[in-house]
Amino acid sequence: MSALLFLIFATIAVVCGISLVVRRHPVENALALIGTMASLSVLYLLLGAQFIAAAQVFVYAGAIMVLFIFVIMLLNARTEYKSHGAWMARLMGVPLLLALLGILGFVIFRAFPHSEEVRLGGFTGGTVEHVGRAIFTTYLLPFEITSILVLIAIVGAVVLAYKELD
Amino acid sequence: MNFYLLSAIKAAVVVGVLMLTLLYLQWVERKVIARIQVRLGPNRVGPYGLLQPLADTLKLLLKEDLMPPGPNRFLYLLAPFLAITLSLISISVIPFGPAVNVIGVPTWMQLTDLNIGVVFILALSSLNVYGVVLAGWASNSKYPLLGGLRASAQMISYELPLGLAVAAPLLMSNTLSLREIVVSQSHYYGGFFPAWNVFRGPFPQVIGFLVFMIAAFAETNRVPFDLPEAETELVAGFHTEYSSMKFAGFFMAEYSNMITVCSMATVLFLGGWLPPFPGLDVVPVVGPLFWFLAKTGVLLFVFIWVRGTMPRLRYDQLMRFAWSFMFPVAMVNLMVTGLLVALVG
Amino acid sequence: MPEGVPLSWYLILSAILFALGVAGFLFRRNLITMFMSIELMLNAVNLTFVTFSYHLKKVDGQVFTFFVMVVAAAEAAVGLAIILTVFKNRATLHVDEIASMKN
Repeated sequence: MSALLFLIFATIAVVCGISLVVRRHPVENALALIGTMASLSVLYLLLGAQFIAAAQVFVYAGAIMVLFIFVIMLLNARTEYKSHGAWMARLMGVPLLLALLGILGFVIFRAFPHSEEVRLGGFTGGTVEHVGRAIFTTYLLPFEITSILVLIAIVGAVVLAYKELD
Repeated sequence: MNFYLLSAIKAAVVVGVLMLTLLYLQWVERKVIARIQVRLGPNRVGPYGLLQPLADTLKLLLKEDLMPPGPNRFLYLLAPFLAITLSLISISVIPFGPAVNVIGVPTWMQLTDLNIGVVFILALSSLNVYGVVLAGWASNSKYPLLGGLRASAQMISYELPLGLAVAAPLLMSNTLSLREIVVSQSHYYGGFFPAWNVFRGPFPQVIGFLVFMIAAFAETNRVPFDLPEAETELVAGFHTEYSSMKFAGFFMAEYSNMITVCSMATVLFLGGWLPPFPGLDVVPVVGPLFWFLAKTGVLLFVFIWVRGTMPRLRYDQLMRFAWSFMFPVAMVNLMVTGLLVALVG
Repeated sequence: MPEGVPLSWYLILSAILFALGVAGFLFRRNLITMFMSIELMLNAVNLTFVTFSYHLKKVDGQVFTFFVMVVAAAEAAVGLAIILTVFKNRATLHVDEIASMKN
């Protein structure tokens, strides 16, 4: 059952990822990214990360991607056209990308030749209580710093998009 | 009984009852608004107009199915489907009653109890924005696009007070699972006064309840926050270009969202299936269900009542209300609740 | 059908998604799509963190994922504000036309 769920949602994630790279219209790309995030959320549930799965949908797919779609619609982004700069990038980039993938795959298979199977319920320490306890005791300083970072982001976004009332 | 078979039966029952409720909620709304506006409402089709929803469904099914010109066919068809699917999924974690024994099968009156139930519903309600925004974009014309953009800005803005208002009773109930939240409200003060979250110490969540209800109005695009689908201002807002069953999809999604937020308010603030005085739910299955439906029904009536009574807020008034008033009030509510729970609880 | 898949498959999926993110960033010429490829890379890294949290049976990986999500949200807000400003000045989202600081 966990294997079936993994296969289905991993396939959806990869197909949506490829669609993000291949399609030419920004709104289609945004929808593809939302599809990837939603299938990743299911994979997090399989890995026992319940809070992270819900937060993925809530924060990423429900807020960040809405912001993206908002900007795409505001700017009325059209289908992009190919330019001559892209041709050189594609020529050099595809072999290097395959090399990156190959190296990563090699490292993974060397490090985990016979790894355990991932089952639903194999890790029960990912509840909200556990994550909350870790955030507020062991990782309190990063938490506080992250909240200041978010404040800086808010101020920065307002300053950048502010229109002087004249 | 097999877990899957039991879940399938429960799901079929819940979806069937929900569909029937959606149809007749529309009838109730038309009758109540008609009476508020000193007229009769539908009373031709069947006794008291009770067959009116069936007539409407038939009409919508048989209408011409238009498709506007433009490249976005997939998005155009996806948007109402997304809207109705997401609002139906949210019903699956709402508890309707305690553990019961139906025909010898012990089960909870709830489709599934996630231990992150509250975050699940908040996540799905934040995905509701997509149905509206994609409908506006895919219709490829001015008024739906404006309606869609305004709707998405409104829904995102009101998600913040909604989330903060939800967080305060979670501090008092100490759990995210909806069933456990109701169970934690099940004691009675002095043997007779219910310990629902609106009445419970250390901080009765009256402000939280009001903030939640107002934010719920905005999240479901109901009056006074229904500028995105305003019938007199933006033609029909984001669903202008939709006809027949696709329009029915948006319509059903709006009522289904209403039912979801009213059920959430009942579970979080009003004690779910618990009776107001102990011992009033002696009847095993029907008793708690009756109290749950009664409380949700009262909240739905408030939704309909407000629709018939209040004028619409202008867009900038709406946004200013969200950011300058609702968000600080919800924050202060959460902070005071947290302080009192830390000191007393 | 076995009950679960080996852990290394999750890491391979994460590597594939990361490579797709890099591909999107390098090959696409629309500013917003490039930004979305960065988000895809962040998601792939999140999957790696959660996978290792499962492997080591500790919750710390998920805490890191939480922080990555918060940082991604902040970065998306500021990045989109910058994109809006660039669009206001250049009226285009095509990267090759905004390259006036090159050479």
